Parts: sequence; structure tokens; C-alpha cells
Amino acid sequence: MKTEHNNEHYVLDMRNIGKEYYGTRVLKDINIQLKPGEIHAILGENGAGKSTLMNVLFGMSVIHSTGGFEGEVFIDGEKVNINSPVEAMEKGIGMVHQEFMLIPGYSITENIKLNRETTNPGLLSRVAGKKLEILDMKSMNMDARKSLDKVGVGIEEWVKVAGLPVSFMQFVEIARELDKENLKVLVFDEPTAVLTESDADRLLETMRKIASEGIAILFITHRLDEVQRVADRITVLRDGQHVITKDTKDSNVNEMANLMVGREIKMTGESRDNEGSKNVKMRIRDFYVDMPGETVKGINLDIYEGEILGIGGLAGQGKIGLANGIMGLYKSEGNVELDGKKISLNNPEKSLKQGLAFVSEDRRGVGLLLDSSIELNTVITSMQIQGTFLKRYGVFTQRDNKKIREHALKMIKDLDIRCTGPSQITRRLSGGNQQKVCIARALTLNPKVLFVSEPTRGIDVGAKKLVLDTLVQLNKEYGMTIIMTSSELAELRMISNRIAIINEGKLEGILPPDASDVDFGLMMAGEYHKQKGEGVRADG
Amino acid sequence: MDKVKVYYNKFGLPRIIIISFLLFLLIAAVMLEIPISALISDALVRTGMNGILVLSMVPGILAGIGLNFGIPIGIVCGLLGGLMAIQLNLYGFTAILVAVLISLPLSLVAGYLYGLLLNRVKGSEMTIATYIGFSIVSLMSIGWLVLPFTSEEMRWPIGTGLRTTITLQGRFERILNQWGAFKIGDVVFPTGLILFMLFFCLLVWLFLRSRLGTSMIAAGDNPKFATASGINVNKMRIIGTMLSTVLSAVGIIVYSQSFGFIQLYQAPMFMSFAAVAAILIGGATIKKATISNVIIGAFLFQSVLVVSLPVANKILADVSSLAEIARIVISNGIILYALTQIGGGE
Ligand SMILES: Nc1ncnc2c1ncn2[C@@H]1O[C@H](COP(=O)(O)OP(=O)(O)OP(=O)(O)O)[C@@H](O)[C@H]1O
Ligand SMILES: [Mg+2]
Repeated sequence: MKTEHNNEHYVLDMRNIGKEYYGTRVLKDINIQLKPGEIHAILGENGAGKSTLMNVLFGMSVIHSTGGFEGEVFIDGEKVNINSPVEAMEKGIGMVHQEFMLIPGYSITENIKLNRETTNPGLLSRVAGKKLEILDMKSMNMDARKSLDKVGVGIEEWVKVAGLPVSFMQFVEIARELDKENLKVLVFDEPTAVLTESDADRLLETMRKIASEGIAILFITHRLDEVQRVADRITVLRDGQHVITKDTKDSNVNEMANLMVGREIKMTGESRDNEGSKNVKMRIRDFYVDMPGETVKGINLDIYEGEILGIGGLAGQGKIGLANGIMGLYKSEGNVELDGKKISLNNPEKSLKQGLAFVSEDRRGVGLLLDSSIELNTVITSMQIQGTFLKRYGVFTQRDNKKIREHALKMIKDLDIRCTGPSQITRRLSGGNQQKVCIARALTLNPKVLFVSEPTRGIDVGAKKLVLDTLVQLNKEYGMTIIMTSSELAELRMISNRIAIINEGKLEGILPPDASDVDFGLMMAGEYHKQKGEGVRADG
Repeated sequence: MDKVKVYYNKFGLPRIIIISFLLFLLIAAVMLEIPISALISDALVRTGMNGILVLSMVPGILAGIGLNFGIPIGIVCGLLGGLMAIQLNLYGFTAILVAVLISLPLSLVAGYLYGLLLNRVKGSEMTIATYIGFSIVSLMSIGWLVLPFTSEEMRWPIGTGLRTTITLQGRFERILNQWGAFKIGDVVFPTGLILFMLFFCLLVWLFLRSRLGTSMIAAGDNPKFATASGINVNKMRIIGTMLSTVLSAVGIIVYSQSFGFIQLYQAPMFMSFAAVAAILIGGATIKKATISNVIIGAFLFQSVLVVSLPVANKILADVSSLAEIARIVISNGIILYALTQIGGGE
């Protein structure tokens, strides 16, 4: 069956797509058409159904094991039935996932070539068939190299994926897709969420290059400025429904945000009238953290009581390592004091007991019990550390389900977690809503000092504002000291009192949020002091 | 049609096959005029006597060590408790109580050491556990020969060592089964036995809802998460292993009293397989298990065995080992199926 619309040729045509998960409708009558070489952005709030739509396209097993979907998919005018990712791949559809799908123990080449290995006929295979042919490592390495160069990654192709910083993993994922011949449509599900701005720029550049070769790109992101820069057309989804499809040039960032949320949203900077005191809350001296890809090599830093301290820097420079080290998740060394009392390092329990809390950047790996309910995820750390949400019978304890439920409902309301209820398992939440559960868990601890790493990664504009507002509110109302690590300079500047930049595992310097872009740029590149000729001081 | 598929996925292929098979056997039994009431009584007894052994899988699965093929360790401890009760010349409930009390410290210590070992072989626990299970059975085969038990009831009349099967007749044979037992028509309900099993299920259920139990589940579910929540993952795994070992010790005591004999030497070798198969049929996976999985699984698995024996005997009068073959095929088939499902699911 061939179809032509308005005499135009579409590489991909998805018609009237609908999907229900366990009786909840998450997609309804979605239509999307893609021309060759077009970059088409899909926008929508957390849980709007973007990833689900892509899972439909990609034939993911989540879709088929939950009753399939409604509607039709055409590729090059041909009606297709895609029942598995392998079939999608054969039909020329590639996908860079929101959550990484790499095998840690394999090398980069092996990951890129997985299931599509280049083989030479060997002795055995002549007898036993293609499955036993010998891998042609040399040509595979060369192919891998080519794709890696295309995305501009200078890493060796034989390195194991385990332990690579997230930004590298992201590029490896993209390289893997590019390596596929006959690629027609490439889907990016929030590819820049984990990247720093300069890496993201490079990625957008790469996307344009790919598109210019005639490959159509579906681009999911929460960064509207990126959409503005690269997308030809946008489609907005809201609560699983198609809101509008229009040309990017006829729209602007504000309109996009409003279309997504269906109400007015203003992304203005928060007032930073709360200057924080000058009492040192946490003193960090000679601090080393052995975190692969994010090593900290001797940081000296003072954190003031009641401030929001932003921590920025390029990926792989160690900004992520700082919080992970203090929380005892990676081996660390040095001297950290809270309120003048030494913190026992390498002991997560003690760090938590002393009033620290942490929202990890690795949401699915460290942040969540994916097969447990939202409510259990929310209270479990507090239950362990502070003995809350328990009924006591002498030495015996039982979970206090009533209190847990009440608290979870409150968190769901406060943080606007979109879910079917507090007992929904977190695996079934959209990426952004999972992030909110992680934040809810940290808040439940009522910490004195809260570390948050990449809190808005993968979160839509509405929710982002909510999360940042929540942080500011905690800071103002309860005087909570907050250390926010982020790859997004804009959001650091929006709410921080001071911004510390980490470079090569060391503190490069501390800037006020209103410092110039040039200063931030120089500092991140480690050029600031060379140019300005100043020394670094721990207290900024 | 799609709805059907969803339910089918929820319920699981193995359970559907087993239930169909059980129905088929029951119909066959009716047609062959085998008395159904006797079969039901038997199924109830076997569910009760195996229940705690199946239950011993739960803490292991939830603590993250997977299917505990190493329960022969606990079984040996339970057997020692039973033997001590005879040695001390005890009868009735006192005997059972003392057997349990003696096996308790033994299985706690053994479980602790075993847990330490499992922590050193993360990722291949099940292989190691199977191996350890076999080893302990072999080792204790020597043990049964040399242990200084003196009771006439237990030793071979001539030669050295303990008998292969030691009768419990007159000591504590079937006393749980008979306690409060009543009849509904021709079906005998083994009240004490079932209550005893449910009591232990309740204890485990309560434990899983306590703070410690919650930590243990978290540690098994996602060790990285647990660590970040201040939970000592290795400690939780040891606790899970100890619990599993203790439960299997209690389990074998209940099993023996219902069976009427204490079986030594090679007997405990494959007991873990039956327990593993039962809990998997009940719907557990290598990562998740609930109390209802235990009860449903023990009942389904044992019912199939109970019903298939007379049916097979009637159809093929001489091939009496057919039921045994069915047992092995079913249990190993289920285990294999479950192992292929690792990392599958959603
Ligand atoms: N496996 C699943 N089972 C049940 N419901 C699911 C499942 N995956 C997603 N959902 C639900 O489908 C809806 C859409 O989720 P989806 O992941 O497509 O959102 P999204 O637009 O990608 O959001 P985000 O920007 O947060 O990634 C959500 O309400 C989510 O709870
Ligand atoms: Mg998504």
C-alpha cells in the first residue's frame, strides 16, 4: 500500500497512534510526518507520552507486552509492522535512548557493533553457518572509529564502556546509530540532557550534519532554545494528545512553553535577595575522590550556612565527584567538617545521619528502587536513617503504612508528580517524574545540607521551574544549605548565591551568578587565572 | 485479544501450564475412579510439610542472593536437631520444640558463614550455592557415620554410624498433622500442620515489613541504591542467608515429622530443587518473591505430584516410577524456564 500526501514524500508517517498502559490512556490519535532531512522536534511535559511514542515506533517490548498500540506506521509510504527493535533497525530507524542502552563490560567498538558484527568466514562457519564466522575486529574498529569521528569524540574505540562519564556514553550511543547503514530516521530522546552546553552544541552541530545527508531526525528535548536553533518543525504533545504541529520559524520559546503546559509560564530569574550568611557550614579541605571519569584531585571549599552554592564545570572535570565523595559513594580522602564537626568519609550511613542528603545524577542506577512503589521510594532512606514512618513494638518495628501514604500523597502534590497513585512502581513513571521521586526522597530526610546533582536533567520547563522553586523555597523558609551541581549554567545562575567552577578535579574559582559569560567560559576552560592573573581562594 | 495477552503475561506461562496440567490430571483421576478426597487430603498434607522449605527461598531471593540452592546446609542443621531430640529421649511437642531450638543456633552460625562466602562470589551465587549444597550433603554422609549418637533407635544394629532412615513412630510422628485435625466429608484437614506453616509465613511477612526487612529488600533490589541510603548491603545479604538457612532447618523438622522418618545421607541432596521449583511455580522470580508465591506454589507443585502418582499407576501399571519422572521433569523444567527469564520481564 502506497500513500502520498499533498504530493509530498514522507520517510516516516505515523497515523492515529494510540496507546494504553494498564487501562490508562497515554497516547491518543497522534499524527507525525517526517520529510527526508528534516529535524522535527517533539515537545511535551514530563509524562506527555514522548518516549512512549518513540517506543511504539521502535517496536520496544514494553509496548508489545502491554497490549500493543493503535494506529498505523508508514515508512517511505509502505505500511510496516514493527515488532522489535531489530525490525526497526532493519527498516532504517535508529534511536538514541533517554536511558542508556549500552553494555558496560563491552568495549566501545563492541557496543557499536553489537548484533551487526562484521564477520569473516572461518573454518567452523563453513560447516556451521554464519553464526560462527570470525569477527573482523580490524574493520569493526575502523567503522567504529569513523562513526566516533563523525560525532567528534576523541576517545579510543577499544576502551570499555563501564566507568565512562555519561557524556561519553551519550556520544557512543549516537555513534552506534550512525554506524548503521540504510539509516532513514534517527530518534534522539533527550540526547542533550546529560551533556554540558559545549558538548550539546557539538551534538546539535552533528545533528545538522546528519540531517543534511538526508536522514530525518526526531528530536525530543526539554531545552527549548535548542529546538529553536536546529528544528525545522515542532509537534507538541500534552497529556498524550496532539496539540499542534508547526514550523519552528513561526514560533518562539515562550509560545512553545505555553503550548506544552497549556498555561502561562514565565522563566524569569529568581530574586537572589537571600545572600546567605558568612558562617561556614561546611569546610572542605584537601578533598580527593576516586570516581571514575569524575576524579576530584584536592578541593578546598567553604560552604556558607543558608546559601545555595552552584557547582559547575565541564563534564569529566570532577564536579560530579564532589557530592558523591562527601556522601561516601566513592572512595574519598581529606577533611570535611559540618558545623565544625568532622564528617566520617566513606560511610554513607554516617553522612546521612549527620544531616546530609543527596539527589544522585544517576537516577535509575542509584536514585530509585525501580520495582518498588513511589511511596516506599520516598520514605525508605528516612526510615533507615532516622527511624521514621515506623510503628514500634518493643524491639520490633513495622512500616507505618498510613503515615507513609499520607506523606507520599503530600509529596506527590507538592512536587506535582504525575502518576496513577502512590503505589505505582517507579519504573512506570516518565523520566522527569522519576527525578521528582528522587527529590522527594531527599526532602523527606529534612537535611541540614542538601546536595543535588543535575536536578533538572530530563525535566520539562514547567517541572523545572517547580524543582528550582522548591529548592529556593527550602532554602528561604528552612534555611537549608543547598549545593547544586549542574551542567546547565543558566539554571545555576538562576538560583545560586555563588557558583564554584571545577576544572581538572580542582576548584578553579568562584563567581557570582551575574558574572559575565566570558568569565564563566574562561573559568570552565581553566584559562581564567592565566588571563586575569589572580590566585584561587577557598572562600571566593 | 490484546487484553488476553496482558493477563497472560501477568499470570505467567509456567503457572498456566501447571494449572492446565493439574486440571487434566484431576479429570483423568475422576475418570479412572481414583478417590478424589484422598488426593485432596494428601495434597494438603504435602503442602503443609513442604511449605516452610519453600518459604526458606523468600529471604534469599529478596536479599539478592537469588534462589538458595544451598538449603541443604540448613536441612542438615534441622536433621541434627531432630536426632538430638531422639538422643535426649524426648516425645511429642517437646521433641519438636527441642529439635527446633537445637537447630536454631546451628543454622544461624552455618548461615552466617555461608553468607560470608556468598558475599565473596557475587554474581555467581546460585552456582556456588548448588555446589555447596551438594558438598555439605556428601560431607555429612561421613558425619552421620562418625557422630557419637548412641541411641539404639538411630544406629545400625551391627556396624557403625546412623541408619539411612530413622523412624519417628511413637516419638513425634505426625503430631502436627494430627493436632486439631478434622474431617470435611472424606477429606482430612491437617490443622496443626497448616497452622504451623502459616505461622511461619506470618513471621516472615512481619519481618519483611519491619525496618530491617525493608532494608534487606532494598539491598537485594538495588545494591547501589541501598548503599546510598546507608544500608550495609553485605550485612543484609548475610541476614537473608541466615534466615533462609534457619527456615530450611525448621522446614525439614516439619517435613520429617509428617513423613514419619528422618532421612539421612543422600536424601537432602535434591530437596532444594523441589523448593525452588515450587516457589517459581507460585510466581516468584529470581528477584521477587512474596508469601503468596510460597503458598500457591507449594500447593500447585505438590498437588501435581500427588495426583500424578495414582493416575500414572492406573494407566501404566508397571511403570511405577513414572510419577517420579514427572516430578523431576516438572521441577527441572520450571527451574530452567526461570533461569532463562533472568533479566527478562519488562
Ligand atoms: N512501562 C510503563 N507502564 C505503565 N505506564 C507507563 C510506562 N511507561 C510510561 N508510562 C506512563 O506513560 C506516560 C507517558 O510516559 P513517557 O515516558 O512517554 O513520558 P515522556 O513524555 O517521555 O516524559 P519525560 O519527559 O519525563 O521523559 C506517563 O504517564 C507514564 O507514567
Ligand atoms: Mg521520556
